Amino acid sequence: MESNFYTEPTKYNDLRKWVCSTDHKRIGLLYMASIFIFFLVAMMIGVVMKLKMLSAGTTFISARTYNSLFTVHGVIMIFLFIIPGIPAALGNFILPLQLGAKDVAFPRLNLYSWYFYIAGAVCALTSLFTGGGAPDTGWTFYVPYSVTTGTNVSLAVFGAFLLGMSSTLTGLNFLTTIHRMRAPGMGWFRMPLFIWSLYATGWVQLLATPIIAITLVLVILERLFNVGIFDPSRGGDPILFEHMFWIYSHPAVYIMILPAMGIVSEIIPVFARRTIFGYKAIAFSSLAIALVGYLVWGHHMFTSGMSDTARVIFSLLTFIVAVPSGVKVFNWVASLYKGSSVISAPLIFVMAFIFLFSIGGLTGLFQGALNIDMHIHGTYFIVAHFHYVMFGGTGFAFFAGLHYWYPKIFGRMYNEKIARYACGLMLIGFNVLYFPMFILGWQGMPRRYYDYPAQFQALQRLSSVGSWILVAGILLMFHNLVKSIRKGTPASSNPWGGKTLEWQTTSPPPTENFVEIPVVTSGPYNY
Amino acid sequence: MSTENHFDYTGSKIGMWLFLFTEIILFGGLFLVYAVYRYTYPHEFHEAGEHLQVSLGFANTLILLTSSLTAALAVSSLQRDRKYASLWYISGTVALAAVFLINKFLEWSSHISAGMYPGAPALLAKGHGENLFYGLYYVMTGLHGVHVLGGAGALSLVYVWILQGKVDKDRYVALENAVLFWHLVDLVWIYLFPLFYLLI
Repeated sequence: MESNFYTEPTKYNDLRKWVCSTDHKRIGLLYMASIFIFFLVAMMIGVVMKLKMLSAGTTFISARTYNSLFTVHGVIMIFLFIIPGIPAALGNFILPLQLGAKDVAFPRLNLYSWYFYIAGAVCALTSLFTGGGAPDTGWTFYVPYSVTTGTNVSLAVFGAFLLGMSSTLTGLNFLTTIHRMRAPGMGWFRMPLFIWSLYATGWVQLLATPIIAITLVLVILERLFNVGIFDPSRGGDPILFEHMFWIYSHPAVYIMILPAMGIVSEIIPVFARRTIFGYKAIAFSSLAIALVGYLVWGHHMFTSGMSDTARVIFSLLTFIVAVPSGVKVFNWVASLYKGSSVISAPLIFVMAFIFLFSIGGLTGLFQGALNIDMHIHGTYFIVAHFHYVMFGGTGFAFFAGLHYWYPKIFGRMYNEKIARYACGLMLIGFNVLYFPMFILGWQGMPRRYYDYPAQFQALQRLSSVGSWILVAGILLMFHNLVKSIRKGTPASSNPWGGKTLEWQTTSPPPTENFVEIPVVTSGPYNY
Repeated sequence: MSTENHFDYTGSKIGMWLFLFTEIILFGGLFLVYAVYRYTYPHEFHEAGEHLQVSLGFANTLILLTSSLTAALAVSSLQRDRKYASLWYISGTVALAAVFLINKFLEWSSHISAGMYPGAPALLAKGHGENLFYGLYYVMTGLHGVHVLGGAGALSLVYVWILQGKVDKDRYVALENAVLFWHLVDLVWIYLFPLFYLLI
């Protein structure tokens, strides 16, 4: 292999080569390693929960432990895996390469963001074993319970606060990078769509995260000093917490899904061997999602107590925010039409994404409709919907991107056959696990309950079986990816025939990314 | 590493402005809470506000406005290569920040000794609105105080950089950004002052 950033001499020769490096590629890999470790931990917690649900009543874990399990599963998956996931890991590695830049705008800040991430992770994980024990509030930290529970909520919430800072600083860094460091000739409409999606994500990270930061600070202050802002016995309003929580946390789901959509928009033209259909529509729909996504938070609170006027408006806006996502899906499918498709692992993952995301997106509209939401609010239906969008959507796209950029990042190829089997197993396991949850929710199975009546037995068991298939698929995929870092066949600079700039440098890239800064003369998908 | 020596003035300014947006939204969350409770308890907020000393708040407003002036003068001095004038102006700004915090400390102490703090029996005996007013008063001025400390810290750091020659008349963006942050701290107070002291 040629000289690359792994082999080129650096200032340090020990572990500091990684944890003190300001190279965006190394930081991206630091994130990737930490993110996937946390993912596997939270995944195993999920498996334990599903194992419990094999039968009703108290079996090998108590109700209280179950509360802690779903809280910890949610907190890790949301704050440690899926929010930082694509932007911090793949975005960090790929963004400067796609822009034709040597690094991000603020390389040192980039490293500090990772420190914030690790500090937040340490707080969140320490909270499990110290104080009053693992938080049992659910990842939403709803008051008044989060203020009154004896479990270690303060530390977990502080961890989430630090993770929020990490996310904000990453967004700030990417926005500045995109504004200032595009290669000569790369106008806004010659940018790859992955960058457009990171751009929209950056704005959401920047403008939504501070709201959760202040809300979490208020929860900590409530717990420490009893200020009373969310305490009805002092005149405070717990519903206000829900508003502030969702003012961030709804846009946050777009922080999770937008970069995933960016990956899909990269992979489709490369493997269909034709230009993307509706480049500008896809670019602008990212911005539209980011913008309208701010205005729909109330749809999480249809049963919490809101005026009918407010509910109708939030419901309408929820239907409107689905439109740009629909625009993207149609554009992706249209791009595949009459393409000379090369069916390869990244494209297979993308197809799985489109299938699962469409189910997830459309079932979201069920819940956006006021009358139907009354029926399915707080049931397994929402759990299924959320996992279809976030795991079937973001998760599968993340894995697609991981396979797509794998040769660029590691300079080797993974085993294509195993990758396909893994994707197939995951797709089957995923649907067996989560589809029954739609039905269970529709029949009235509430979320977060550790017990259930006998008539839900069959579907609960089916769902648990699905979790084993899914986990087998995931482990097979990771086994393939990890093993191929050393054993894979060496990859060329451009194994897929991509037209974007990251494929114009060697695999893996040299420390400074490009021997010569490239000049851009055409759009990114010029097939 | 690769871009350690890369310097982009506009990029640094963009980064700082983006950071200021996040700060505005951070405080914005609290202003939102304030607005909701002011609307819910207009009379009790009115009652509670009358117990704050306008003179102390006014003094702090003057102090912060003056400090914004000295901060701005520090930048323009450095741009004109008057290094020591700039250092003096920075010292003045930090000193004013200290006076502001001392004033705030005395004010908080007097409220606390009067039993006006969250959970105190004297405050609990009053209405919901008063409790929320004082709760928000401590949270908002407290968060603002933390920002005063942070701003003074940032200015002190730049002071050292100027002494070391890392920041000078050609590379003054660090000072400019610290001062931008200082203006934000000032601006937040400009809203806090009327909301707690004047709007009664």
